[in-house]
Amino acid sequence: MLLTAIVLLPLLGALVVALLPRAEERATRHLGFAFTLLTFAVSLGLAAFRPAEAGWQFVVQRPWVASLGIDFHLAVDGISLWLVLLTTFLTPIVLLSSYRAITTRVKEFVVAMLVLETGMLGVFLALDLFLFYVFWELVLVPMYLIIGIWGHGDRIYAALKFVLYTVVGSLLMLAAIIYLYVTHGQATGHYTFDYTTLMLSVWGRGEQLWLFLAFALAFAIKVPLFPLHTWLPDAHTQAPTAGSVVLAGVLLKLGTYGFLRFALPLFPWAAARCAPYLAALAVIGIIYGALVAYAQQDAKRLVAYSSVSHLGFVMLGLLAMNSTGLQGSLFLMLSHGVSTGGLFLAIGVLYERRHTNELAQFGGLWRPMPIFAGLFMVIMLSSAGLPGLGGFVGEFLILVGTFTHRLFVDGGEQLRLLTLPGAWHWGPRVVAGLAALGVLLGAVYLLAMFQKLMFGPITQPKNAELRDLDAREIAVLAPLVVLTFVMGIYPRPFLAPMEPAVNRLLHDFSVRYAASRDHQGSGVRRLRGKVDALGDEADQATAVPPAPARRSPSVRPSAPRAAELPSGRAAGVRPLKPPLARSRGPARGAA
Amino acid sequence: MTKTFPLLWIPLLPLLGAAINLLCGRVLSRRAVNVVACGSVAGALGVVVFAVFGRLWPLVGAAEGTHLPARLVQTAYAWITAGSVDLPVGLVCDPLSAVMLLVVTLVGFLIHLYSTGYMAHERDYARFFGYLNLFTGAMLILVLADNLPLLFVGWEGVGVCSYLLIGFWYDKDGTERLGLANAMAGRKAFLVNRVGDVAFLLGMLVLFAATRTLSIESLALRASDLLLPLHPLGLGPYTVAGVAGLLLFIGAMGKSAQIPLYVWLPDAMAGPTPVSALIHAATMVTAGVYMVARMNFLFMLSPAVMGLIALVGATTALFAASIGFAQHDIKKVLAYSTISQLGYMFVAVGVGAFSAGIFHLFTHAFFKACLFLGAGAIIHALHDEQDLRQMGGLRRPLATTHWTFLVSTLAIAGIPPLSGFFSKDEILWRAIATANPALGSTWLPALLYVMSLAAALCTAFYMFRLYGLVFLGERRGTAPASSHGHAGGHVGGHPGGHAGGGHAGGGHAGSGHAGSGHAGSGHAGSGHAGDLHLPGPAMEAPLIVLAGGAALLGLLGLPEVVGSWLGIEHINLFERWLAPVVDQGARLADRWAGGQRVAANALAESHGLEALLLLLSVAVAVGSSALAWKLYRAGPSALVERLTARLRWFYRLVLNKYWVDELYDWTIVRPYKALAVVLFQLVDRLVIDRLGVHGTARSVDGVGRVLRRLQTGNVQHYVVGLVIGITALVVGVVGAALLGGGG
Repeated sequence: MLLTAIVLLPLLGALVVALLPRAEERATRHLGFAFTLLTFAVSLGLAAFRPAEAGWQFVVQRPWVASLGIDFHLAVDGISLWLVLLTTFLTPIVLLSSYRAITTRVKEFVVAMLVLETGMLGVFLALDLFLFYVFWELVLVPMYLIIGIWGHGDRIYAALKFVLYTVVGSLLMLAAIIYLYVTHGQATGHYTFDYTTLMLSVWGRGEQLWLFLAFALAFAIKVPLFPLHTWLPDAHTQAPTAGSVVLAGVLLKLGTYGFLRFALPLFPWAAARCAPYLAALAVIGIIYGALVAYAQQDAKRLVAYSSVSHLGFVMLGLLAMNSTGLQGSLFLMLSHGVSTGGLFLAIGVLYERRHTNELAQFGGLWRPMPIFAGLFMVIMLSSAGLPGLGGFVGEFLILVGTFTHRLFVDGGEQLRLLTLPGAWHWGPRVVAGLAALGVLLGAVYLLAMFQKLMFGPITQPKNAELRDLDAREIAVLAPLVVLTFVMGIYPRPFLAPMEPAVNRLLHDFSVRYAASRDHQGSGVRRLRGKVDALGDEADQATAVPPAPARRSPSVRPSAPRAAELPSGRAAGVRPLKPPLARSRGPARGAA
Repeated sequence: MTKTFPLLWIPLLPLLGAAINLLCGRVLSRRAVNVVACGSVAGALGVVVFAVFGRLWPLVGAAEGTHLPARLVQTAYAWITAGSVDLPVGLVCDPLSAVMLLVVTLVGFLIHLYSTGYMAHERDYARFFGYLNLFTGAMLILVLADNLPLLFVGWEGVGVCSYLLIGFWYDKDGTERLGLANAMAGRKAFLVNRVGDVAFLLGMLVLFAATRTLSIESLALRASDLLLPLHPLGLGPYTVAGVAGLLLFIGAMGKSAQIPLYVWLPDAMAGPTPVSALIHAATMVTAGVYMVARMNFLFMLSPAVMGLIALVGATTALFAASIGFAQHDIKKVLAYSTISQLGYMFVAVGVGAFSAGIFHLFTHAFFKACLFLGAGAIIHALHDEQDLRQMGGLRRPLATTHWTFLVSTLAIAGIPPLSGFFSKDEILWRAIATANPALGSTWLPALLYVMSLAAALCTAFYMFRLYGLVFLGERRGTAPASSHGHAGGHVGGHPGGHAGGGHAGGGHAGSGHAGSGHAGSGHAGSGHAGDLHLPGPAMEAPLIVLAGGAALLGLLGLPEVVGSWLGIEHINLFERWLAPVVDQGARLADRWAGGQRVAANALAESHGLEALLLLLSVAVAVGSSALAWKLYRAGPSALVERLTARLRWFYRLVLNKYWVDELYDWTIVRPYKALAVVLFQLVDRLVIDRLGVHGTARSVDGVGRVLRRLQTGNVQHYVVGLVIGITALVVGVVGAALLGGGG
C-alpha cells in the first residue's frame, strides 16, 4: 500500500491541480509543492525498510490486465530504495526552485512535474515489465513538454531530439519485452510480464545477445553512454532549471537503473560478452565528457557534459559486477543526483538574475553573493569528488570495484579490447587507471567554471548589484549541501541497505550466467532450482554458495558439461565464486 | 602498548571553529572570530599536549626495548563499508604522528595568533580564519589517519584549503590583474596536486588489490603480499611494493612540491603570508615526507623506489636552491628555499634515514615559519612591498623582526649550533653513508652527498643575500606603498631598476595606511618609522617563540659523533623517540626481503669521517654565508653587478626559473585546451551530431521523401504514423515469435 501511495500521490496531485482555475497561480504552486512534499513525507515511511534483508519489501501485487498477465506489481529493495527517496526528495526542491522562474502556464507546469514524478517513481518500483514500460514512456511526455514549452533558445529542437532519441531506444526495448513475454508464455504456458517470474528462466545465447542489445540501447541512450549523448547537452541547455535538475538528478539514473535491474541480470551471458565494449564506451565517456566540458562557454552545457563523465563512472561500476563496484555505482547515482542537481539549481539562480548562462558574462560574483558562492563551492567540490563529500565515496568504490574486477577476466578474452597483447589480466586495471584520470580532469573543468563565475574582479557592472540568495533559495540549496556532507562523512546508512540486495543480484547473475552458458541454442529454459531469494524471503546466498555442481542438473538435463562446451570459447570461464565469500575478503586488521 | 584515547577531538575542535566562523562569521565581531579561531587551535594543542606527554609518553617508556609500538588509538565509527571495502574512521597517535601533531598545532596556533595582527584590516576576516581552521582540521586528520583513504581525506582537504587560501584575495580590491592571478595560482596548486593525487589513488588501488586492506597497520602485517610480483602493462616483474610505492611517491611529489610537480608552490605565494608560513612551509607541504615516513615499511621493501626518492630529492634541493639565487620577490626566494629544503627531507627518507627526514621537517617548520612570518612583518611594514630591490636598511626600525629573522637565517644556512645545522648535517651524513642494493652503492652516496652539499652552499648564500638585501645597507625603496606584481614579472634584471609605476591600488591592508605614503615621498633613507607599519605584539610574539625553537630544537637531535665525544649513548633523542615506528620497515625488509634493503654502508661506522664531514659542512655554510654577507652588505655590490652582466644568459635562465612554467604551458596546458576544443567542435558537433544523428535523421527523411504523399506537415499525422509504426513493429515481433515458437 505504501508504494502504491508513493507512486500515485503525485498523479492524484496532478488531477487536483488540473481542476484549479487557471488564474490561481499562487495556489497552484503551493498545492503542487504540498503534494510533492506529502509524497516525500509518505516515502519516509520507507524508514521501516529492513536493511539487512535482500528480498523485496512493501510488495504490492494485484492483477491489472489479467487476460494478458499484466500485474500492478510494485516492490522495493536495497537497490531502488534510495533512488525512490532521491526522487521524492528532489521533486519538492525542484518545484520550490521554479517559483520565480516559471511564470507562464503555471498550472500545466505543475501538472507536468507531478506526472513526471509518478513516472520516475514507477520506473524504480515496477516489477512488471509492461508496467515498467508504461512508466518509462510516461516519463517522456512531461519532460518533452517541460523542455518544449518552458525551455529557452532552441527549445523545440532540443525537445524533439530528446524524444526521438529516447523513443528509438525504447521501441526496441518494447519489442524485446514482448518477445520475452511471448516466448516465455509458449515455453511454460504461463504468459506473464512479471520480472520475478521471468527471472526464473533463461534465454538461449543467440537470442540473449539481441534481447540484451535492445534493452541496452534504450538504457544507454538514457544514461547517456558515449556516443549516444548528444541529446543531453541540448536538452539540458534549453530546458528550464527545473527540467535540468530532474533530468540530471533522476532521469539519467533511469538508464543505469535499467541496466542494473533488467539488462544485466536478465541476459547475463550477453551482458558478459558486451561488457568490455560497454566498459570501453564508459571510459571514453569519462574522459571525453570531461575534456569536452572544459571547452564549454555555457555553464549549463558544461555541467551537462560533466554528467556524461560521471555517468561513465556509474556504468563502469555496474560492469565491474562485484559488490564493491555496484554499491559504488548506486552511491554515485545518489551523490550525482544531489551534486549535479545542485549545480543546475545554482546556475538557475544566476539565470533568474541575469538571463544568461554564458560564463563570460560573469566573474567576481563572490563579492556580491558570498552565501551563494559558498554553497555553490561545496556542491562543486562534491562533484569534483573531494574526499569528505558525497562524490568521493562512489567514485572510490567504483575504482576499487573495477580494479579488483575478476569475473570477466576469468573469461580470458573479454577485455582484450582494452589490453595490450600478453598482458590481458591488466585489462580492468587499465580501465580503472584511465577512469581515475577522470578525477583529475573533473577538477580541471569544474575549477575553471568556478573561477570564471566567482573569482577575479567584477567585469560587468550588472553583476555588482546582484542580490545574494533569499530565504527560499537557501531553502532550495542548503538541503543539498547538508546532504552532500552527510553522504561524504557518514555514508553507511546509504550503503547498508544496498549490500544485501546487491549481493543477491550478483548471486542471481552468476546462477543465470552459468545456466545460459550451458544453453547454446535458443528458447526458454526454466531454472527449477530456485534462483536464490527471488521471492520475498531473505537472501541465503551466504549460507548456500551456488556451487556449479549443485545447480547444473536443474538447468541442464543431459550431457556432461565438457562435451557441451566448445573448448575455445567458453572454456576459460571459471565457476563463479559466491559473491559474498569473496566480498567479505580478509578482514581488515586481521593477523 | 595500545590504549584508546578520544583523538577525534583533535581535528574536531578546529573543524568546529571553521564551521562557526564560516557560517556565522558575518555576524560575529572580530574579537569573537579571534577567540573561536585561536581558541579552537589552542584547544587542539592542549589535547595534543595532554595526549602526547600525559598518555603516550608513559607508553613509549613502557614499550622501550620491545618491538611493540606505543600508540593511542580511536575508532570513531565505520566510514565506508561496501563489498570488500571496510574503512573505519580510525585514528592513531604514535611517536611519529605525535611529532607532527605538535608541529601542526603549535606552529598552527602561533600563526593563527600572528594572523590576528597581520590580517587586522582585512574585510573578509572571518572567512580567512574559517579557512585557516579548516586547514588545521584537515591536516590533523591527515596526520592521525590509520588508513590510507582517511589520510587521503586530509590530503585532499588540505589541498582544497590551500586552493582557497591562495586565492583568498580573488579580486584584490578591484586590482584586476592581481585578483584573477591569485585565483589562477590557487587553481594551479590544486590541479598540480591532483595529478599527484590520481597517482596516490592508483597506489591505493594497487595495494588494495594485492592485500585487500588499506589499513596502514594491516598493510605492514602483509609484507609478504607486498613482495608479490606484478606486471603492470605487461612490463616487469615489479613488486607490489615497488609499483604502489612509486605511485604513492608521485602523490608526495605533488603535495611536497618535488620535481617535476613543484611548479605550483612558487605561485602559491599569492596567498596571504601567514598562509605561506603555515601551509606552504611548515605543515601541508611536508605531508608527502610524513606519508613516506608513515609508509616506511612499504618503501623499505622497494630499494629502487627509495633510490628514486633520494635522487629526486637531491635534484630538487639543488635545482630549487639555484633558482633562489636570482629571485627579487622576498616570498619567492623563501618558496624556492622551501622546495629545496623539502628536497633534503626526501633525500633523508630515500636513504632510509626516516627519523633524520622527520627531524629536518620538525626544525624546518620552526625556522621557515619564522622566516615567512618575518617576511610578512616586512611586507606589512612596507605596505605590501615584496620586491627585495625596494628594501634595505630595515635592521633598526624592525628590530624584533630582524633578530628573529637572523636567527632563522643562521639556522637554515646550517650554522652551528642552531637547529638547522644538526638536522641538515644528519641528512648529509646519512646520504654518504648509504647503500642501496638496487642502484649500486658506490656512485649513489657520493652523488647524493655532493648534490646536497652544493645545495647547502647555495642555501647559505641566497639566504644571506636575502638577509643583506632586506636588513643591511640603506633603504633603497622610493615609495613605501607600491602595488607590486607578485608574479615575478621583472625580467629586466637590473637590481634597483624597478619600474616605479603602477602604484594604483593600495595594499590589501590598505584602508588606514595606504594613503599615508602614496605621493612618492622621495626619501630613500632608512629608519623612517613614520612611513612603516610596525608589527604589533600579536605578530612579534610568534616570531620570538619560533626563533627560539629554530635556535634550540636542534639539541634534540645531536649527532652520534657528539655523543661519542661526550660519552653519552643515544644522544639523538629524536631518533630514539621515532625508532619504534620508523625502524619497522628495516625489520620487515630483513625478515621478508632477505635484507635486500637500503642500509648503512661501511662508512657509517667511522666517527672520524663523520667528524670530518661535520667540519666540512660548517666550513661550507660559514664560507658561503660570509661571501653573501660581503657581497650584499650594502645592496648588491659592484662585483655582483659585473657577474650578472658577465653571465647574462645563465642569470636569465635562473631568473626565469629555467622556463619550466613556459614549458608546461606549451606541452600540457595549451595542447589540453586545444584538444578539448577540437573534440567538442569536430567530434561532438560535427561527427556525432551532424553526420551521425542528423545524418540518420536525414536518411530517414530521404525515405520519407519517397513516401511524400504521406507527408502532410501536420504534427498529428506524424503522431499517427508513430503509433502505426509502433503497432506494426509490435505485431511483427509478436507474430514472428508466435510463428517461430509454433514451428
